[in-house]
Amino acid sequence: MTATDTGVHAPPRPRLPVPSLRTDRWWVPPLLTVVGLSIFVIYATFRAFQQDYYWVGDYHYLTPFYSPCMSNGCLEGAAHFGRFLPDHPLIPYAALSLPFLLLFRLTCYYYRKAYYRSFWLSPPACAVPEPHTRYTGETRLPLILQNVHRYFFYAAVIISVINTYDAILAFHSPDGGFGLGLGNIILVTNVVLLWCYTLSCHSCRHVTGGRLKHFSKHPVRYWLWTKVSALNTRHMEFAWITIGTLILTDLYVFLVASGAIADPRIIG
Amino acid sequence: MSSYQGQFRVWRGDSDGGSLEDFEVEVNEGEVVLDIIHRLQATQTPDLAVRWNCKAGKCGSCSAEVNGRPRLLCMTRMSLFEKDEVITVTPMRSFSIVRDLVTDVSYNYEKAREVQAFTPPGKLQPGEYRMQQEDVQRSQEFRKCIECFLCQDTCHVVRDHEENKLAFSGPRFLMRIAELEMHPLDAADRRDTAQDDHGLGYCNITKCCTEVCPENIKITDNALIPMKERVAGRRYDPVVWLGNKLFKRGK
Amino acid sequence: MTEVERQNYDVVVIGAGGAGLRAAIEARQRGLTTAVICKSLFGKAHTVMAEGGCAASMGNVNSNDSWQVHFRDTMRGGKFLNNWRMAELHAMEAPDRVWELETYGALFDRTEDGRISQRNFGGHTYPRLAHVGDRTGLELIRTMQQKIVSLQQEDKAEFGDYEAKLKVFQECTITELLKDDSGAISGAFGYWRESGRFVLFETGAVIMATGGIGKSFQVTSNSWEYTGDGHALAMRAGASLINMEFVQFHPTGMVWPPSVKGILVTEGVRGDGGVLKNSEGKRFMFDYVPDVFKGQYAETEEEADRWYTDPDNNRRTPDLLPRDEVARAINTEVKEGRGSPHGGVYLDIASRMPAEEIKRRLPSMYHQFKELADVDITAEPMEVGPTCHYVMGGIEVDPDTGESTVPGLFAAGECSGGMHGSNRLGGNSLSDLLVFGRRAGLGAANYVESLERKPVVLQSDIDTAARAAVSPFEPSESEGARENPYTLQHELQQTMNELVGIIRTADEIERALGRLAEIRARVRNVVVEGHRQFNPGWHLAIDLRNMMVVSEAVAKAALLRTESRGGHTRDDFPMLDSDWRNKLLVCRASGDDAVVPDVSVERKDQVPMRQDLLELFELSELEKYYTEAELTTHPAAQGDTA
Repeated sequence: MTATDTGVHAPPRPRLPVPSLRTDRWWVPPLLTVVGLSIFVIYATFRAFQQDYYWVGDYHYLTPFYSPCMSNGCLEGAAHFGRFLPDHPLIPYAALSLPFLLLFRLTCYYYRKAYYRSFWLSPPACAVPEPHTRYTGETRLPLILQNVHRYFFYAAVIISVINTYDAILAFHSPDGGFGLGLGNIILVTNVVLLWCYTLSCHSCRHVTGGRLKHFSKHPVRYWLWTKVSALNTRHMEFAWITIGTLILTDLYVFLVASGAIADPRIIG
Repeated sequence: MSSYQGQFRVWRGDSDGGSLEDFEVEVNEGEVVLDIIHRLQATQTPDLAVRWNCKAGKCGSCSAEVNGRPRLLCMTRMSLFEKDEVITVTPMRSFSIVRDLVTDVSYNYEKAREVQAFTPPGKLQPGEYRMQQEDVQRSQEFRKCIECFLCQDTCHVVRDHEENKLAFSGPRFLMRIAELEMHPLDAADRRDTAQDDHGLGYCNITKCCTEVCPENIKITDNALIPMKERVAGRRYDPVVWLGNKLFKRGK
Repeated sequence: MTEVERQNYDVVVIGAGGAGLRAAIEARQRGLTTAVICKSLFGKAHTVMAEGGCAASMGNVNSNDSWQVHFRDTMRGGKFLNNWRMAELHAMEAPDRVWELETYGALFDRTEDGRISQRNFGGHTYPRLAHVGDRTGLELIRTMQQKIVSLQQEDKAEFGDYEAKLKVFQECTITELLKDDSGAISGAFGYWRESGRFVLFETGAVIMATGGIGKSFQVTSNSWEYTGDGHALAMRAGASLINMEFVQFHPTGMVWPPSVKGILVTEGVRGDGGVLKNSEGKRFMFDYVPDVFKGQYAETEEEADRWYTDPDNNRRTPDLLPRDEVARAINTEVKEGRGSPHGGVYLDIASRMPAEEIKRRLPSMYHQFKELADVDITAEPMEVGPTCHYVMGGIEVDPDTGESTVPGLFAAGECSGGMHGSNRLGGNSLSDLLVFGRRAGLGAANYVESLERKPVVLQSDIDTAARAAVSPFEPSESEGARENPYTLQHELQQTMNELVGIIRTADEIERALGRLAEIRARVRNVVVEGHRQFNPGWHLAIDLRNMMVVSEAVAKAALLRTESRGGHTRDDFPMLDSDWRNKLLVCRASGDDAVVPDVSVERKDQVPMRQDLLELFELSELEKYYTEAELTTHPAAQGDTA
């Protein structure tokens, strides 16, 4: 089968000279998606393997890219949950959390839409033909594994708790008492938005109440479901915003830890 | 009232072939594309074939593509376009052509017939049905569907792959399954059939169905993804699978 | 000899709206093979346009409601011209028909305790309309469409074929009913719109469920399908029509922009709190409560506003008077210069409730105005004016079985006549469809089962019907210009709208009849271009003949009825006339033109109302409508004389 006798060019269809008659710049959104996601992947890969500048000892700032820090290579103060992973250049210090976070986003219903459209062009835009002659969607391996999204959501909840713990520990001054600086505001904002992204997940919506047939018999879960549903309508926004805040937060810790900038302090 | 000469390009033809034909036609304030098609019929091309009924966005008959995008002709206002813009009107491209703007939409009726009908709860008599508003609300959203089949037209699973029509029922009918699955009194379990017989797995949630829906039904977020989650709960959840194995629950 | 595809069914239902589908369900459930034929795609019928709800006295919201109250409201709304037996059956059976829909999968809006919610509507004493937001008609049609699928799935399981017993023939137009030599129905002849090829349905019983005639008017809420096919086909087959002079103009149609003029604005807007105002901002309906309704409606704005929350101690707002009254009031306001810029009045819901509430209760109205008129109804008032909406008149049928005066021809829904008298209450059409759709299905089933032999179609009838259908492709040799069907349709619509519209006079109707005669002559010269495959010009040419016949029936009956009642308002006879109350005007085809016959009209007396039903009304109310002689049997009247 060739591309000329399937899809919109299949013989029974109306015979039109061009694959798409769209006159708008439909290629802009997928292009922006490719650029945005690529920046994140490159930055995150670089930082995950850098194994440096992730901890500000004075203020207890720990970047989310290294949380929880579990490698024998971790600085002692940064490792809140012990150190047992072998210290090796190819094993990120947060090797227990990063794969799950990656898979959580990789199997996320929004990101799936984003990369199917922009990287795989399936389809690049609505009513614009995709360049593939065959399509089986998520019916077989490996894409059928997208269905386990729910488990990565559970993992993401645990990691969000850890991130929250990190952000609380970071209210620390060099003298050991309570401290507050610009870094705290950034860490807390990031954590709040991470929660928004995590809780607005479609799987979360399903497990809190979506799976029920009778809301009226479960008023508390129905209430939860309505809240998650309200967040869920912004899942795409949170997906992009948290990419931004993750980079920003990590970059801030990176710059302070490396001594490039000083953290403006409000208290302590 | 301001009026001007609009530039139209309309596909005319049938299964033997056809072409885009150019027309210059009067456009008045407040008109929609269907008005212009009617004016063409009345003044220039009396045999131009087009389906339409209510002309108020309620029946879903006048589905076609305007400048390459699936739309209802009666809900596409001319004010959307520049006055000197050439407006191209073509038939839906996912279905077989009949003539001009009319396509053979029987695929949809065949798929509709394959969705197991509402399965009433055995014990209730007519008049004894009690349902709470919050329980019917989700399915009610899907029942707003006017069956214009624009979602079926735009879905790349069948638009770009004629051969998938066999295995895939399309967003409209996967949504119908979700509607029944969420119906508070429907007695059937539709999770396996959604996956096995109607091709839910083909959907890669790229949301074009939601984008074109003239009723603004959140097909992907409220029907297809929740349905995928329900299927995942039954089929792809290792904990559930293990539980079923250990305690011999389920089917 | 004409080549035709032949189909053989026990029962053939023409029309796939609510009535047709309900009839088909019933006939199939009786075990008969049933065909449903529709001009459009399956599921697109005009029933989807019904917005407000389906009236049934379930008493879920106000337990005082009962079928007797519903019956009284219906008779009042129709100004006591209704066929009382139909009104009785309708009021009694409507709740069962609605509940039945739930077993088919319908999801109506709910009350707090989980029952079907009911809303207020014009002319209904209690909240009575089962509804789904403002898209109730869609819910009905989809529910019955899905019930048909469900029956087909049963047939598939039993016979291996979805269409073993029940088949839908979509995009198929019937152009002729055929009868055998005894005068009973033997078949229906038509063509596939897609291919233009002919098809013959051989059947003992035909159920007409083709809807109305609104397309004969320029400003209408009706779609192109509403060309009075059922009315005209039945008439040409020898059946009689009644009440054709009564055409309902819905008070609230959109008036701007021109391309959407006439599109319906649901009465639910007023039922939920919307009010009518003129250009001076005045709620003018308080000035238009007619004598027969005096005392039943609120007299001050304060009382009217209290009624929404406390209906037991206050009277309802006159914004919810029956449709004919409201339409006339709007017409008068506009005529006297107090209209809105585009020739309507204002319908204000924006100032009456929060934006979110409006969007929740009236989603499709919000959508419709936003998309089509660029008006945000949560922030500004709508501009509305009367639009042709419904014909009360139709095929004269037996109330219990739906059988017409032609053996084997049944009718239900808008194309049948009598049920609504001179004016239909909002919400009564959806219940009408269900109640009489089912009854017609039963009636046809009983009739077919009682037939000793199946009536035979004559080949000569097929040839005649085929010739008539393709004649627009073959211009006659004789004199006369070649006529464009679109032009003629436009002239016909204009004539009816201007001269036989909401307010009528003898002079204008006579002028209309003159113009109709002229158009009729030109209809014979209609020529269409192209070939038979999906050719809208040809389709219109055929529909135009039916529009012609029903327009004449409307105009001729309107000329004869020298009074004003419900959907028939004569400026030269502005009052209700008790002597006319029990008179029906019966239209029949006459003359020798088989395709566009002449229409003759004669008077006929109604059967007097059964005593127990008559006693449901107060004498004082009946006296407003009845002559004294008709009321001597009422107990209160006998009390007077004793």
